Amino acid sequence: MPSLKDVKTKIGGVKKTAQITKAMNMVAAAKLRGAQQKMEDFRSYAEKFNAAMGNLSSAMDSGAFPLMEKREVKNVEILVVTSDRGLCGSFNANILKMTEKLMASLEAQGKKVSLVCVGKKSANYFRKTGKVRQRHVDLMGTFQMFNARAIAQDIAGNFLSGGSDEVRIVYGKFKSVAVQRPAEQMFLPIQPNVVEAAEATSSSAGSYIYEPSTEEIMEVLLPLYMNVMVYHAMLEVSASEHAARMTAMDNATSACKDIIHSLTLIYNKARQAGITAELMDIVGGAEALK
Amino acid sequence: MAEKLKLEVVTPKGAIVSKEVDIVTAPGYGGEFGILANHAPFLSTIKIGVLTYKTGSQEETLMVSGGFCEVSNNKLTFLVESAERGTDIDVARAMRAKERAEKRLAEAQAQKENFDRTRAEAAMQRALSRLKVAERHKPS
Repeated sequence: MPSLKDVKTKIGGVKKTAQITKAMNMVAAAKLRGAQQKMEDFRSYAEKFNAAMGNLSSAMDSGAFPLMEKREVKNVEILVVTSDRGLCGSFNANILKMTEKLMASLEAQGKKVSLVCVGKKSANYFRKTGKVRQRHVDLMGTFQMFNARAIAQDIAGNFLSGGSDEVRIVYGKFKSVAVQRPAEQMFLPIQPNVVEAAEATSSSAGSYIYEPSTEEIMEVLLPLYMNVMVYHAMLEVSASEHAARMTAMDNATSACKDIIHSLTLIYNKARQAGITAELMDIVGGAEALK
Repeated sequence: MAEKLKLEVVTPKGAIVSKEVDIVTAPGYGGEFGILANHAPFLSTIKIGVLTYKTGSQEETLMVSGGFCEVSNNKLTFLVESAERGTDIDVARAMRAKERAEKRLAEAQAQKENFDRTRAEAAMQRALSRLKVAERHKPS
């Protein structure tokens, strides 16, 4: 039987923890709103961008661009996007697990895998494997388009110089506030059919006048398209991170409440037992005096 | 009444402008170009510069950085990395940026470094466009 004082301290401690998790929940909720807004703002840009890419790609032959070139795949690079901070349930773990699985299956096929990690969680997790080629940490809190551009440029550079023949992205997709799923996507070479799918919906426009030529426009658009992809993945991850943390912290707070409840029961029982014992003593003493 | 053109300026941070206008002038790949209603489908890259659009006698300007624009069915969509109104531009900061870019340019010229030079030139372009937009905004 734990002593009265022990239980009381424990209750105090759990109460403090509940306070912290509650606060973290509220902070995550506020940040989630911001991240969702950012995603919402970006959506119109991404949609229009894809439509324009679709219009363009239908007009030209995809083999002409180094970023779209398909090679025999020997080296695969995986861009893993996770959050910088933990305490958000199994969100990061799911992404990392998916990455591991993908790595294992690629390696089973005899391909070499290198990693580009965005976010501290993936960078630390994969550090010991020695496969991390590049790490970008401490930017998930306040990233901008130019952060995504730096990452995209680095990956494109490696792809163009032959360091990788294929690049994939693994990130956390934001389905809803309650559901976030890890997702995998082909990144490089840029596939014309992905773009053409978007085009089917917006094929109303006739033949365009291009200035400069389609080829030169593509030279500008393809890197931009990469930026858009990376930025999009980062936005999804940051929204998912906050949503996951919100749920995790909500669970933690209710778990704390349960613990407090059961501890209070124990405390009251112990108190009552103490009182009963004392009464017995008094009664026993009075009895002895008779 | 002349036909109108629906102008949309979209950046990764959301739509900046979405309204009916008469004429749009933009810094295209081959120099400034103007777009009126009923323009043929058109797609061009956009350089850093000043975007002007007019509704009736009211003229407004925006500073835009690189991207591209698409015209079809009287809809004009600009997809740019950033767009700023004259009121949002910090003139002092743009001035400082201009001076900094000038210095860098001079340095790059001396050392014949191509990479620094393109960057400095882009910075210079941005600063100059910002100043221009801010300047035009002042009298009104």
